[in-house]
This record gives sequence, structure tokens and C-alpha cells, in this order.
Amino acid sequence: MARAVTTQAKAFNTAAAWAVALLIAFPILWTILTSFKPEPQAVANPPIWFGFDWTLKNYYDVQNQRNYFGYFLNSVIIAVGSTALGLLIAVPAAWSMAFVPGRKTRDLLMWMLSTKMMPGVAVLVPIYLVFIRLGLLDTRIGLVVVIMLINLPIIVWMLYTYFKEIPGEILEAARMDGAGLWNEILYVLTPMAIPGIASTVLLNIILAWNEAFWTIILTTTDAAPLTKFISGFSSPQGLFYAKLSAASTMAIAPILIMGWFSQKQLVRGLTFGAVK
Amino acid sequence: MGQITLNGVTKRFGDVEVIPPLDLRVEDGEFVVFVGPSGCGKSTLLRLIAGLEDTSDGRIVIDGKDATALSPAQRGLAMVFQSYALYPHMSVRKNIAFPLKMAGLPKEEQDRKIEAAAKVLNLTNYLDRRPGQLSGGQRQRVAIGRAIVREPSAFLFDEPLSNLDAALRVGMRMEISELHEKLKTTMIYVTHDQVEAMTMADKIVVLNAGRIEQVGSPLELYRAPRNTFVAGFIGSPKMNLITGPEASRFNAHTFGIRPEHIRVDPTAGDWRGTVGVSEHLGSDTFFHVHDTGLAPSLTVRAGGEIAIGHGDTVFLTPEPDKIHRFDQNGLRI
Repeated sequence: MARAVTTQAKAFNTAAAWAVALLIAFPILWTILTSFKPEPQAVANPPIWFGFDWTLKNYYDVQNQRNYFGYFLNSVIIAVGSTALGLLIAVPAAWSMAFVPGRKTRDLLMWMLSTKMMPGVAVLVPIYLVFIRLGLLDTRIGLVVVIMLINLPIIVWMLYTYFKEIPGEILEAARMDGAGLWNEILYVLTPMAIPGIASTVLLNIILAWNEAFWTIILTTTDAAPLTKFISGFSSPQGLFYAKLSAASTMAIAPILIMGWFSQKQLVRGLTFGAVK
Repeated sequence: MGQITLNGVTKRFGDVEVIPPLDLRVEDGEFVVFVGPSGCGKSTLLRLIAGLEDTSDGRIVIDGKDATALSPAQRGLAMVFQSYALYPHMSVRKNIAFPLKMAGLPKEEQDRKIEAAAKVLNLTNYLDRRPGQLSGGQRQRVAIGRAIVREPSAFLFDEPLSNLDAALRVGMRMEISELHEKLKTTMIYVTHDQVEAMTMADKIVVLNAGRIEQVGSPLELYRAPRNTFVAGFIGSPKMNLITGPEASRFNAHTFGIRPEHIRVDPTAGDWRGTVGVSEHLGSDTFFHVHDTGLAPSLTVRAGGEIAIGHGDTVFLTPEPDKIHRFDQNGLRI
């Protein structure tokens, strides 16, 4: 009897998990489906699920109107560049907060996190003015810096949490063994924190890739990443849902594929330290 | 060489003085044990010597050189931690090699030293394993191996055996003592276990609330504790400390008598009492005797096979020349 109940409960859990997963993935799946529809069928009501005339025309049109690879390259540069720059700043910062905390470290961390609660619009004008003055509008370097700054609190927090898990005695042992600060970070701390650092990098690349607010506002053509590529297809002259969907699919495909292959690392990193 | 002198060494955390000004001299080649209850500052004192904590005041002199401001590595000391503190991502070989690598030794010399250390510590077959694949005792040996390859002027041990099970602890205790005999290097060893202190030390430093209560050889401390704190701390089971009218009979405010210095007799003796719990260890029996009118409970050691049990009336007689007398300040008279 008990066994039957367990099997039923298992089946229910599985069904529920699939339902939630489908619900979450639905917008993406619908976008991908729409991208293969001819424009009239894309806006048909009631919606056509699978019985439409499959076509790749939208992808041809999108690529013909705009050069996908230029945007793609900018996205890669901004995502990877802001992550690398962020790590360079966040590793020493998280190290000092985790291992030589001061009286205000906790407050500092909370303050850093609180900046994430501020709507970006609030600082839009000052940042825009600074960008004009420094000639950073529509430059990759400007975007790298601004996206890095936006995600820096999260990078520091994540690294701080991972570093906290590393017993201080091991670092002290390294100090006794004659390791200076640099060797301590290079040979002992970093290798031990690799799973954490890897998941931080992955998450940050995803966040930077998907960042739309700043990238759309601060770029026009030269530094425009894939977010701008998508927004270019939602024009006031009329909405072309199928083309927009094709552009969106092209924009999210790289990051989806990366996420798919690294999901093990992501999950391990995000739950790192939860169970000892 | 490995002579360490502390002159007025003080440690404050904020406004809290955990170690009031303290003087101590550790001679070259000595095995010194810092012992005391938890929170007495013994580990902090060791970390001050290691350089892992900064002194608030005073000087630390190692081999005649002022080391107060030197970094841990510059002091030429090696430390073994309670948690072993091995590098989990490195093999045993790389763990032991790490201090040599940091010192910039050539590869051949590193290998030679690692092999030698592994042989001494019976680790030769485990050199390519990771710490996670070793037992507690083996991990501790790797930690010691990492310390000895540096050929330090002194070893610092911070409660190195407290994570091991009882049987292993006895074994490792012997191994560390043998290592000391072999290397003749100064060792400073922190423990809260007075058995470890008694069995291993040339010199015991008893600490309480950051202050040194007494320094001496194990037997000196056992025979002539300077105050009631040392009297109660050194020796197992603890010395019985008795105050009141009976103490006045010995012209003392408090008098102490060790469990092994009290004779037990079922028929006659100085003090009458009732046996409470009795612990039979085979070789010895410890009785906790109540209702003596002296103290809530007196601990007494008797022979292994003795026909006295719970609830029996017994008579106790202290050996007169083994009585320790203390004044109202707890100091030895």
C-alpha cells in the first residue's frame, strides 16, 4: 500500500515538475516556433500551434537587414570583457572581505547589494552625461565598464560566499609555509574556489549578455550588441512578430547553448557550500 | 637552534585583554606544552609566536633576533593545525612540497626531502593521494611532514590530536614524542588535555585567563602545584580540594589530596563516607565518595579488583606527607 502511494506521489511530482518547467520555458519555445512562421500566421488568432507553413525566410530577412555577426561579436566582447574586468576587481575585494574583515565589512556588503535595488533609470541621466563628456557613447569599452559596474555587487557577493567556505587555517598554513599574498591567492585560494569562480563567471556572462536597458540606451551602431539587434525589429512602422522572433532566437541561442552545456557547473556552483 | 623568548607579550582584541603582559623562555630543543582550559589564551599565545596574530605589546625574540614584526614565514617556524589545514586540491607530495616550492628549492632537492620525510612518517605509499583519501591519522602525518621538510627552528602544534579517536591519539602522541627525540628540535605544543601535557612535555606551562599560573616539569607540577588552579588542573582524576574545619586541622585555608594518595578501608580510617558512583577500569577503580562532611564528593583511587560498590560505607585515610596546603588566596603554603 505504502509503495503504491509512493509511486503515485512520484508520478505527481514528476508531472508537476514538467508543468512548471514548461511554464517557464513557454515564452522561449513560443518565440522559437513563431520565428519559423510566415508573418500572417504569426499573428493569427486563434494561434496556430504546429500546422503552419514552416519557413526560414525570417532568418534570411533578418540577416539581410542587419549583420548578425557584428552584434554577436559586440555581445561576446561586452559579456566576456565585463566579466573579466569584474573578476579582476572582485577577487581581491572578496578576499579581503572574507579573510580580513573590518568592523564595517558587513555594512559595506549590504550597501553594495542595495545598489542593485536601485532602478537603472535613476542614474540614467548622470551616466549618460558622463558618457558624452568622456566620449564613451557607443563604444565597447564604455559598455564593458558600465555592465561590469552593474554586476560587480553580485560578483563580489558570490565570490565572498565561496571564499567564506574556505577554512582560514588553510590560508594561514600557506602563510606559515612561506607563501606571500600573491602565491596564497594563486596556489591555494583560487584552485580551491574554482567551482565557485566558474559559476560566478557563467552567471555573470548570462547577466551581461541579457542586459538590455543600458546596452540599448548607450549604443547606436558601433558597439551595439544583440539586445540592440532585437530591438531594431520592433519598429513603429508596424510589428513584424515573425522577424522579431527570429532575431530573438538568434540572440538567445548562443547563451542558451552555453547554459545547456554548463548547467552541471552552474548548479554545482550555485549550491556550493549549501551541503558540506 | 630554536630558542624563543617572550618579553612582556600582550594581546588585546579591542578593549579586551586576552593575554596580559607575559614573559616566557623556551630553550633550544625543549618540548614545551601550553595547557589550560578552553578559552585560556593558549592558542592565541601560540599564534602570536607563529606571527599569525600581531602582538599588542612586548617583544618576541627567536634565536636572539627580534621577530615581533616579522611575517610568519620569516620566523622560520612550522605549524601543525588542529584541522590539519592540508591543501585539499594537492596530492600528498605537493602538500609536502609546498613550503619547499615557496622557498624556491630546486626540484631534485625537493624530491629528496619529500622522500626522506615520507619515509620517516610512513607516507611513502600515499604520496600520490589527495588528503580526502586519507584517514585522520595519515592526514595528521602529512601535516607534520609539511612541517618537518622546512627544517624549522621550532615546531608549533595547535591541539593536533583533538580530531583523532582515542586509540589513534595515543599512537600519534608517541610518534610525536619519538619525532622530538629524533629531531631534537624545539617544539611548542598546545593542548587542553593534561594527559598529553604530562606524557609529552619537558616543560609544562599552565595558563589560565591568559596568565601563566606555573611553569615546570610535569612531575614538579604534580608534586608541588603552586596554587589551587594548577593543583586542580594537573593530575587525573582531579585532586580533591577541601576547605573548612578539616583544613584548619592542617593549618591551611584549603588542603588538597590526590585520589591516589587516599587509602580506602571498609572498617577503619580518618573520614567516613558512602560510595556513590564507582568506575572500574580493570587496573584501577575510582570511587566517588559522598557524605564525608568535607566536600560534596571525594574521588579516591583503589586497586583494580576491590569488593566495594555503590552504597557501601568506607573509611578514607590520606597519606599525611602527600597533603598540599593552600592559603586563602589559593597559593601554596
